[in-house]
Amino acid sequence: MIANIPYLAVVGLIIIGLSAVIFKKNLIKIIIGITIIQSGVNLFLITLGYREGSTAPIWTSSPGGVMAFPVPQALTLTSIVIGVAVTALMLSLVIHLYRHHGTLDVRKMGGDDQ
Amino acid sequence: MLTKRDYAAVAFLTIITVFLMFSMLLIHPFGSPNASAMDQYIIDNTVEETGANNGVTSVVFDYRGFDTLGEATVLFTAVAGVIMIFRRLKK
Amino acid sequence: MNGMTKIVKTIAGISFPFIVIYGLYVIAHGHLTPGGGFQGGAVVASGLALILVAYGSKWAATKIKEHDLSLLESVGAIGFITVAFFGILFGGVFFSNFIVGTDLLFGGIPLAGAADINTGGTLPLMNFAVGLKVIAGLFGIVFIMALAISKKEESA
Repeated sequence: MIANIPYLAVVGLIIIGLSAVIFKKNLIKIIIGITIIQSGVNLFLITLGYREGSTAPIWTSSPGGVMAFPVPQALTLTSIVIGVAVTALMLSLVIHLYRHHGTLDVRKMGGDDQ
Repeated sequence: MLTKRDYAAVAFLTIITVFLMFSMLLIHPFGSPNASAMDQYIIDNTVEETGANNGVTSVVFDYRGFDTLGEATVLFTAVAGVIMIFRRLKK
Repeated sequence: MNGMTKIVKTIAGISFPFIVIYGLYVIAHGHLTPGGGFQGGAVVASGLALILVAYGSKWAATKIKEHDLSLLESVGAIGFITVAFFGILFGGVFFSNFIVGTDLLFGGIPLAGAADINTGGTLPLMNFAVGLKVIAGLFGIVFIMALAISKKEESA
């Protein structure tokens, strides 16, 4: 149980990102929070494939010994590229919203009940 | 001045934190995952089957090529979406 | 977006070839060393984005059109899928690595621990196709955003 302390980094990243998404009112800062959550999830995926004392699964001038699992690393690569695509789309939509409303504050955006 | 919404947000964040902490303590120990037959097969046979020294590349482009195909489609869709959004704005 | 000062332009011009060469190295050695098509493509695209930011999107718009970038990305995607379909023709299944073990280019199998660029079967070809796709896709996203923002500054 005490050996699981490294996972605290994943928990910390996800909580930091989630609190930014919940408490911030600026859309750009919300997107930064979402990308921090993505980083936490990517770190978790990488950590799942790590074995004690292992090296990267690359045989070029490899020192030998135990190797980490390549499949979680490959899926993390997929996840990073999809994260870039999603971030690009989110930023485009935010530029669109900024032109429409003239502000990035979600409280001043839309809704007549303010 | 804290509103009702702020209290709800803090409560939500606390629940998520507790949930993540319990998951962190109950997951398999750090550094010793459950090795499946697939993982060991890929590590043992990559060099002979794909001729590549890089295990990650051989998984991305050979063993799990369909994943990469979907990933390429996602990237293509993102570029198409960005172009579509800004086409409309130019007018 | 207008260009930056002469200092920024000079430094960007000096470092741009090194960034591109490094990115192309990461793509070409994707089956031997850490990296691959996606990572090397991201490196080259960030070098192009550096030039775009330093010289301004107005200058860049005279050099390249977004139409060319989308064409380049489609070429990369079609190349990737074509190599995958050749797997059906020669290897029996989709994404089959039909080149490895033959006398064709990239057909060798490396000895244990040794690195040989002439190995990997279809993996280097797919790395090149995906690298082209990622260069065009990521730089296209940045370029189109920069163009849209500069158009807004003109009208405002």
